[in-house]
Amino acid sequence: MARIVVVTSGKGGVGKTTTSAAFGAGLARAGHRTVVVDFDVGLRNLDLIMGCERRVVYDFVNVIHGEANLNQALIRDKRVDNLAILPASQTRDKDALTQEGVEKVLEGLAEEFDYIVCDSPAGIERGAHLAMYYADDALVVTNPEVSSVRDSDRVLGLLSSKTRRAERGEDPVKEHLIVTRYSPSRVGKGEMLSVEDVCEILSINLLGVIPESTAVLNASNAGMPVILDEKSDAGQAYDDTVARFLGEKRDHRFLTDKKGLFSKLFGG
Amino acid sequence: MGFLDYFRSERRASASVAKERLQVIVARERSGRGGPDYLPALQNEILEVIQRYTSVDDDAVKIQVERDGDCEVLEVNVTLPADH
Repeated sequence: MARIVVVTSGKGGVGKTTTSAAFGAGLARAGHRTVVVDFDVGLRNLDLIMGCERRVVYDFVNVIHGEANLNQALIRDKRVDNLAILPASQTRDKDALTQEGVEKVLEGLAEEFDYIVCDSPAGIERGAHLAMYYADDALVVTNPEVSSVRDSDRVLGLLSSKTRRAERGEDPVKEHLIVTRYSPSRVGKGEMLSVEDVCEILSINLLGVIPESTAVLNASNAGMPVILDEKSDAGQAYDDTVARFLGEKRDHRFLTDKKGLFSKLFGG
Repeated sequence: MGFLDYFRSERRASASVAKERLQVIVARERSGRGGPDYLPALQNEILEVIQRYTSVDDDAVKIQVERDGDCEVLEVNVTLPADH
């Protein structure tokens, strides 16, 4: 039985697509057949982040309309076995995704994959709603910043009321918090909400903390999921996040400042 | 924070301000959640009507829907000023 994981946040620019790419690649690397689906119709970007933008022929909407089958639209990753992506359509038609269409495509994907990672668009409109509707798990991506935390709380409200699990009265969608762009030194100075603050406000389970890192932009420049940059702090943080999701116990490694006492005392 | 900054800064750390503001707004938004979409408009109109007769604060009307089994209860609380 495939598990459907939505990566969502409400607010834009907090790292949903970065997280979707890294998380999907991590699951695949752990041996699970994984597909990452881009729900951001009209603003396709997952292909670029995963470095397969030149291999897109057919997309999600083509499959819904029956203009291509799933196998024609899926792009198999060249670096990681068991990993595929389904690109979003660049159409300007906002209603291109239909509930029945999405359900049919997810059912098709469930036959071939263990994990279906749905990269949600920002906002709470149709695309975001459909990305979360069929989810079993939700990764709520949040920056330690007021507008992002507030929007995440709004999304948590939607996850508990506007999903298939909620409507059918089944077990609720499992919510996991991923805090991104975390800067322990700024938290130490009292300039940034701490992970504990964010967890307390949102009252959900913390899955991972991704430090603010130059590796993220470098990876997106190269079209490579940042988790594949195994030497980088962000890559390692995503690796821990995936392992925790799969049930392993791992400590949070990037919660404290790496700087020494000297620079802490004298600023710098 | 540098050694010298420690003595200089008397401003409150901004993160604790952020946390307090978030706790207030999130609590308020959660209380209105799950109810029908017309609830905020209803709340505003009730407030307008009350303000026509007496002066109350803009946050004097609290409104929420409580679910009790099959039954939904619309709860409206109005706080009147003390000198009334």
